[in-house]
Amino acid sequence: MRVVLAEDLALLRDGLVRLLEAHGCDIVAAVDNGPELLKALVEHKPDVAVVDVRLPPTFTDEGLQAALEARRRVPGLPVLVLSQYVEQLYARELLADGSGGVGYLLKDRVFDTGQFVEAVNRVAAGGTAMDPEVISKLLAHNTQKAPLAQLTEREREVLELMAQGRSNAAIAKQLFVSEGAVSKHTTSIFGKLGVHASDDDNRRVLAVLAYLNA
Amino acid sequence: MNGKGIGARIRAGGVDAVRGLALVPSMVLGLVLFCLTVTFLPLMIIGIGVLVVPVLVSATRGLANHARRRSEAWTGVRIAEPYRPRPHFDSGIPGVVQRLRWMLTDPATWRDLLWTLADLAVGLALAIMALGFIAEGVFGMLQPFLWKPITEAGDSGWYTFLKVDSDSRAVMAVFLGMAYVVVGFAIAPAMLKAHALFTRSLLAPTKKAEMLLRVAHLTDTRSAAVDASAAELRRIERDLHDGAQARLVAMGMNLGAAESLMESNPEAARQLLSETREASAKALHELRDLVRGIHPPVLADRGLGDAVRAIALESPLNVEVTVALSGRPPAPVESAAYFAVMEVLTNAAKHSGARNVWVDLRYRAGRLHIDVIDDGRGGASLNKGTGLRGIERRLGTFDGTLALDSPEGGPTTVTMELPCELSSPKTSPS
Repeated sequence: MRVVLAEDLALLRDGLVRLLEAHGCDIVAAVDNGPELLKALVEHKPDVAVVDVRLPPTFTDEGLQAALEARRRVPGLPVLVLSQYVEQLYARELLADGSGGVGYLLKDRVFDTGQFVEAVNRVAAGGTAMDPEVISKLLAHNTQKAPLAQLTEREREVLELMAQGRSNAAIAKQLFVSEGAVSKHTTSIFGKLGVHASDDDNRRVLAVLAYLNA
Repeated sequence: MNGKGIGARIRAGGVDAVRGLALVPSMVLGLVLFCLTVTFLPLMIIGIGVLVVPVLVSATRGLANHARRRSEAWTGVRIAEPYRPRPHFDSGIPGVVQRLRWMLTDPATWRDLLWTLADLAVGLALAIMALGFIAEGVFGMLQPFLWKPITEAGDSGWYTFLKVDSDSRAVMAVFLGMAYVVVGFAIAPAMLKAHALFTRSLLAPTKKAEMLLRVAHLTDTRSAAVDASAAELRRIERDLHDGAQARLVAMGMNLGAAESLMESNPEAARQLLSETREASAKALHELRDLVRGIHPPVLADRGLGDAVRAIALESPLNVEVTVALSGRPPAPVESAAYFAVMEVLTNAAKHSGARNVWVDLRYRAGRLHIDVIDDGRGGASLNKGTGLRGIERRLGTFDGTLALDSPEGGPTTVTMELPCELSSPKTSPS
C-alpha cells in the first residue's frame, strides 16, 4: 500500500514511518508542511494519505485544508487526518463530499497499533474511520432529540461503533455478541432512524452521520 | 431643515418657542438652589451646613442632569455626565464627611453652581427671545384696535421704532408685527439650540474631567483583567498539577516497575505497560481540555466565525449562526468574544429553557456586534448571578459592552459590542 505522510514533528513522523513500514506500507513521501503535502498528494495519488491537521507554515489547519483541496482535485483520494483534538466542524467538512475514504482520529489512537493500522486499511479501502470522541459528542448532543431517544442502550453502543466505521463483524467482536445479533440491532436502528440500510459499510456510516448532523 | 414642508417648519418653530419658555422654571429653581448653596456653604463651620450642603449638591446635580437629558431630547446636543464615580463610603459620621469631600473636590460641582447662575443671566435671553418676538409681533398686529386706547391713556404710542398715531400707521404696525412673528418662528429652533450649546459649555465634562473619568474606567477594568488572568493562571497551574503532571509521575513509576519486572514476571510487566499507555492517553485528554480552555484550536485555525459554529455544533440547543465579518479581529478581542458567546450559550442552555438560539456576528462602524437571541422563557437579569455580569466585566477590558433584553416570557436578546479593527482576510492556502 502506497502512503503519503505529513507530520511536522520529526520524532512523530519517524515513528509513524516505522510503524507503517512495519505493517507493509510503502511510504512514497513523508513531508512536513502544507504546500508540499498538496504537491505530493496530487503527484503520487497514494492509496492513502496520513495527515496531521496542524502544519507549517501557518500552524493552523494547513493539513486539513491541503487534504480537502487534494480531494477536490483527485476525487475520492483516501485521507486519514490525525489531530491533537477533534472538532465536529472538521469532521463534517471531511465527510461533506460524501465519497467516503476519510478518517479523522485523535493522535493518541496511534498508541493502539492494531486499531490504528486497521483504520488506515479501512480508509484506504474507501471506508471511514471516525474517532470515538467525535461520535460520542455527536450522540451526546443529539440524545434529547426524538429518534435517538428511542434507541436502547445496546443499540446506542452499536450505533456508536457503526458510526466510527466498524463492520458488523468488528462490532460483534467488540461487544462479544454474534454477528447475527449485530445485524438485528442495525436493522432496528435503521428502522428507528429512518435511514435506508445498505450492504456498503461506508454508505451506512455516512447516512448515520449525515442524519446526526442534520 | 431642507426638505421639510413649510407647515412642519412652522410647527417646529412654535414648539421650540414654547420649549424656550418651559426652560424658565428650571432656571428659577437653579437660582434658588444657588442662593441656598451659597448660604449654607459658610454654615459648614457650625455643622448644619455639613448636613444640608450634600442635599443641595445632589439636588443641583439632579437639575443639571435633567438639563443634560432635555438638551439631547430637544435639540440633539449630547451632554455627558462629568461627575467623578461615586466611591464607597463608610457608615456614620466618617461616611458623611467622605461624601461631602467627594462632592466638594469634584470641579463639576462648582461648574454646576456656576451654571445655575449663568443660566438665568445668559440662558434666559436665549430661551425666551423667540417667544418674545412672537408676542411683540402679536401686539403689533393688534395695533388697529389698541392704538387709540393706548394714546388716550397718555402713552406715547411707540410700537418699536414706529409711532402709531393714526389708522394708517396702525396698518404699518400690523405688517411689522407679522414680520416679527415670522422672525420669532424662524429663530426659535436656532435659539433653543444656542441655549443647549451654552448649557453644554458649562455642563459637559471638561477635557480634564473626561480624562479623569477615562482613567477611572481604565483603572477599574485593568484591575478586573489582572484579577481574571491571575485566577486563570492559578486554575491552569492547579489543573496541570493535579492532572497531567500527576499522571506523568505515575507513568514514570509504572515504567520503572515494569522495567524491573521484565525478567522476573513478564506478564505483570506487560500489564503495567498497558496501564501506562492508558494513563498517557488520559493525560493527553486532560491536556487537550486544558488547551481548549486557554485558546481553542479551532479559533486559532479559523477565526471567530467558524469557532462559534463549532460551539453551535456542540451545544445541546439548536443554534443557528450567521457571520458577516470581512476579516479577523485582533486575537485578544477574538478570544474574549469567543468565550463570551460560549458563556451566553451555556447560560441559555442552563437557565432559559430555550430550544432555539440565533447567533449573529457582524462588523459595523468600527465595532464587532454579537447578538444572541433565544426563544426561552425570558426574565433573565444581570443581577441574578447568571454570569452575565462577569462577561460584561471581561468585555469591559476591551471597552466592550453587554446589553440584556429579557422580558418575562421571552425572547431573550444579549447584545455585545466590542470596538476593534479587522485585519485583512487571511488568504487560505488552497
